[in-house]
Amino acid sequence: MDLHLLIVIFPQVLLDGLILGFMYALIALGYTMVYGVLEFINFAHSEIFVVGAFVGVEILLMLKARGGLELLSPFLILLLLLVAGMAVSGLLAMAVERVAYRPLRGTPRLIPLISAIGVSFFLQDAIRLVESIWRNAFNLVYPTMDQLNHRFTLTETIDVSVKSVVVIVVALLMLWALHLLVNRTKIGKAIRAVAEDQATASLMGINVNRMISLTFLIGGAMGGAAGVLFGIQYSLINPYTGFIPGLKAFTAAVLGGIGNIPGAMVGGLVLGLLEAFAASYLSLLTHGAFGAEYKDIFAFSVLILILIFRPKGLLGEVVRERA
Amino acid sequence: MLEVESLHVYYGEIHALKGVTLSVGKGEVVTLLGNNGAGKTTTLKTLSGLLPSRGGDVRLEGDTLLGVPPHEIVLRGIAHVPEGRRIFNRLTVLDNLEMGAYARADGGIGQDLEQVFALFPRLKERRTQVAGTLSGGEQQMLAIGRALMAAPRLLLLDEPSMGLAPVLVEQIFETIQGINRQGTTILLVEQNAAMALSIAHRGYVLETGGIVLSGSAADLQENPEVRRAYLGES
Ligand SMILES: Nc1ncnc2c1ncn2[C@@H]1O[C@H](COP(=O)(O)OP(=O)(O)OP(=O)(O)O)[C@@H](O)[C@H]1O
Ligand SMILES: [Mg+2]
Repeated sequence: MDLHLLIVIFPQVLLDGLILGFMYALIALGYTMVYGVLEFINFAHSEIFVVGAFVGVEILLMLKARGGLELLSPFLILLLLLVAGMAVSGLLAMAVERVAYRPLRGTPRLIPLISAIGVSFFLQDAIRLVESIWRNAFNLVYPTMDQLNHRFTLTETIDVSVKSVVVIVVALLMLWALHLLVNRTKIGKAIRAVAEDQATASLMGINVNRMISLTFLIGGAMGGAAGVLFGIQYSLINPYTGFIPGLKAFTAAVLGGIGNIPGAMVGGLVLGLLEAFAASYLSLLTHGAFGAEYKDIFAFSVLILILIFRPKGLLGEVVRERA
Repeated sequence: MLEVESLHVYYGEIHALKGVTLSVGKGEVVTLLGNNGAGKTTTLKTLSGLLPSRGGDVRLEGDTLLGVPPHEIVLRGIAHVPEGRRIFNRLTVLDNLEMGAYARADGGIGQDLEQVFALFPRLKERRTQVAGTLSGGEQQMLAIGRALMAAPRLLLLDEPSMGLAPVLVEQIFETIQGINRQGTTILLVEQNAAMALSIAHRGYVLETGGIVLSGSAADLQENPEVRRAYLGES
């Protein structure tokens, strides 16, 4: 076993893991916030995420066609993509709740779940249809922005691209902003009050339906931002791209304790890191017996172990409740 | 101030309120007594908009409240301390109180917070504590304080004495009386009839969804049936 190699690649693997982890964390927030308020798993959230990625690619392709990519600062472009992706995904998530979930409130739990699966298929094919008509293709590639692809060489073996740093910084800012919103503002506290007890929240003068819409808006916007970052980082997207990251982000939400916002962040990071380390180290540590393709099996085995010992997730139900 | 006229409330097929009629005058403490399952909680929930009534009417100073959603009823001046306190366990004491004032836009919130803290100094000590970790008595104080933060004209209280030690019950009832003296009208639901009648001006007795008796607190205290059924005399 090459111990030297293990150590040398460590920072690079850590960085990959963090990027993946923040991506999962951003997506996981959408699952966990909606679950916290409605105890319902919004299976269409992975498509809300993909819509964000498509909004980003469309803006980039349009800018490129007009020569805007060279003219504008890449950071300005990035800001534009994020704002647009968040707005479209957030509003879409809100609309989906209004049309496909709210009319089913009060029905047995499986009914809205089926509706969510339906919305998920619907959105996949809607994106495919629109892009096929519009661009004659639905596998799209994010145009490169040279300044974002620039790599800093830190040491002989480690280099960091600008976009990796950007992805991490943006994700951190989003998580921090969400934290402030949910814990420090009156609206955020009202969302948490609704999550805990809708009837009593309404007695406080809180419009419960409006808070539910807002929850979808915020969760959707986080998903949309993740979509844009995903496109910037990994370039290739298609209407079905959301499935795997969505499933993993949902897992991250459960790992952190479903319904728990800091839990989603922690769960996302843990899953991302596990996956990155498994991808790079499994083969080295087992002399090639298990290659990188076993990363998911490894990561999920660890998850199952964690959940056996902490069934409510890493941060689930920290607060002791009394009658 | 509040006029309730023949409320009929159903839970599916169960006919829980069968024509409840009562009234509460401005500045009064009115108590609604009744055994388990009589429909006391159902009545309060209907008043605050959590349950719909099939027929009848609820009027607050002449304006009907039926069909008004609960989050708008608070704006009209009614605050409801629900059965079992229902504080927000995961929020801090201060955040719970802030939620009580959620619908308000006036400048008096800070002043009312000081008043609530003056009424319940224990809450001030615990203001940064997560509410789920409070004791039962502290939770009841928080539930009442939270409702007061809405600066209500009419306060609905659902069994504030439930699960509290006798000393604390007395203290809570004194506080309720104090709140009333400061000008808030009170509709008090209780199983502890002796305590309730001791601070109320008038009372109603509810049995299986209908009012069977009403009168001044003094009259009810003297009434042989009330004495037998609710004051524990044989
Ligand atoms: N959610 C519900 N679904 C069906 N029936 C209900 C529901 N809530 C109350 N009931 C029924 O309505 C009737 C009145 O209940 P309510 O809770 O108003 O009684 P209460 O007078 O408050 O009793 P307690 O003193 O035990 O709190 C009871 O028969 C009860 O079983
Ligand atoms: Mg009751």
